[in-house]
Amino acid sequence: MVTVTINGLDVSVEEGMTILEAARFIGFPIPTLCYHEGLSPYGACRLCVVEIGEAPRSRLVSSCTYPVEEGLKIRTASKRVVQARRMIIELLLASCPQSKTIQDLASAYGVRTQRFKQEYEDCILCGLCVRMCSEQMMAKAIGFRGRGTERSVGTPFDIQSDVCRLCGACMHICPACQLRCTYNEPEKAICNACANLRPPCLEKEQYDDMMCYMDPCVACEIK
Amino acid sequence: MNPEHIEKIIADHEGRQGAIISILEDIQDLYHYLPEEALRMVARKTGQSLVDIYGVATFYKAFSLKPRGRHLISVCMGTACHVRSAPGIVDEFTQQLGLRPGETTEDSEFTLETVNCLGTCALGPIVVADGTYFSNVKRTDVKKIIHKARTGAAGARSGRDERLFPVDVLCPLCGRTLTDAHHQIENNSSIALDVSFDGKKGWIRLSSLYGSTCRESEHEMPPDVLVSLSCPGCGRNFPEKLNCIECGAPMVPLEFQGGGVLYVCARSGCMSRRISLDVPVLRAETASARQA
Repeated sequence: MVTVTINGLDVSVEEGMTILEAARFIGFPIPTLCYHEGLSPYGACRLCVVEIGEAPRSRLVSSCTYPVEEGLKIRTASKRVVQARRMIIELLLASCPQSKTIQDLASAYGVRTQRFKQEYEDCILCGLCVRMCSEQMMAKAIGFRGRGTERSVGTPFDIQSDVCRLCGACMHICPACQLRCTYNEPEKAICNACANLRPPCLEKEQYDDMMCYMDPCVACEIK
Repeated sequence: MNPEHIEKIIADHEGRQGAIISILEDIQDLYHYLPEEALRMVARKTGQSLVDIYGVATFYKAFSLKPRGRHLISVCMGTACHVRSAPGIVDEFTQQLGLRPGETTEDSEFTLETVNCLGTCALGPIVVADGTYFSNVKRTDVKKIIHKARTGAAGARSGRDERLFPVDVLCPLCGRTLTDAHHQIENNSSIALDVSFDGKKGWIRLSSLYGSTCRESEHEMPPDVLVSLSCPGCGRNFPEKLNCIECGAPMVPLEFQGGGVLYVCARSGCMSRRISLDVPVLRAETASARQA
C-alpha cells in the first residue's frame, strides 16, 4: 500500500495502481476517452490529465498511464487541469464535432465554441478499436497506418481482412464512430452486419425491435 | 515476384528481434517497392500480424507500396533548396522525364520524388539519383544527371558501401609510406607489410579500406597463428601492443596520414583493424624502438 494525497485527502491505495484507478476508487471523477478498463492504457487523448507535485514545480501527467508513488500529491480538478481539459475538448470538437461522446464532454465542461478550423473527421485516433481488436478479440485485423496527418485506422491495403471475424467490437467501442457501417461499399466494409441482414436493415420498419450499436444507425440514415 | 527470394531474405534475418525493418529494406532493394504479396508472406513467415507489418511499411517514407522505377531521383524541396530554385529543377525533371513528382515512367525506368530536407542545405539545391548526391544543381545539369542515372554511373543503389573509406598509412618506426598504389585490392591501393610466421617470411597486402578485412599474401596462412608484421622499408618489426577487441591477440600500430593510429590485429584469422587518434602515445612508445 502507498499513501498519496488526492485533492488534499490522504488515502492509501494499492501499489501498482494508476492515478486514474486510484482516484476513481476513492471517488474522484476523471473524464477519459481513450481509456477502457479491459484494455491496456494508451495515453492518447490526454483528457485524463491531472496535476502532480507542488507549485511551482507541479506538472501535468496523463493519469491513466502514471502509476501511484508514495507521497504523491495529486489534484484532479485544479484550474490548470480544467484549462488543459477544455483546450483538449476544443481541439477534439474541431476535428470530430458530430461525435456524441465529445459533445457530451464539451457540455459537461462548458465548452460552447471552438476557435480552430472546423473539420469533420470521423476518427480521433484514440486507438480504442485497435486495442479492442488485438487485446480482446485477439484478431489484429485493424491497426494504425501511415503517420502524421496521414495517420489512419483501418485494415491493411483497405480491403476486408482475412482475420476479421466481423464481430463489430471496434464499432461498439468507438467514441467518434470511425468504422461506421459502410453498406454502400460492401467490399471495403469492416463489419457489414446490417448489409448481411435479410432483408437489409435499410428497410427500417422491419427491425424495429433490433438493438443496433450504431446510434443513430448510419445505414438506416442512408436513403 | 519470386517467393523464394522473399523466403531467403526472411531466413537471413531469422530469429532477430525487430528484424521487420531490415527485411522490408531488403525486399525493397530487390523490387524497388513492397509488393502486397511480399508483405503477406513476411507476416506469415515471421508470425507477426499483417497489420503491424503494414503499419511499419506505411509509417516510414523510405518504403513504397507503389511500384517504383529502376532509378530513383529525389529532388530536395527543403527551405534552403527551395529558395535556390529547386522548383525549377523539379520542373526540368518533369519536362525531361514526362512525369510529375511521385510518378514513375511507363517503362518503369525512373521515379521522380521530392523530399523535404537532406540535411546538406549549404550545398543546395540537392538532387539524389540512385543514392548519389549532386550538389548546386542547375537546370542545365538535369540532363547530365538523368544520363548518369540511366547508364548506372550514378552508382547502383545496392552498390558500394559508403561507410568504407581508404586510409593512407606510414610506418611508425621509419615514417615511410606503406601504401602500395600498384597492388590494388577492392579498387584501392593496398597497405604493404612484410609478414613472418612459422619460419616463413613473405609479403602481405591489406585492403586500405577501413572497415574491410580483405587481404592478399604470398604464403597461405593458417587461420589461427600469431604473425609478426614488419615494415618492408626499414625491415624492423612493429611493436606489439593493445589487445584486439575481437579476439584478444596483440595488435600492431601503424600511423596514418591525417593524424591517427591504425591498429591491425596480428592473428592471421582475425586481422581486424581499429582506428585510434592517440598519436602522442604511439610516438612515445615507438621512440625507444626507433633508437634500438
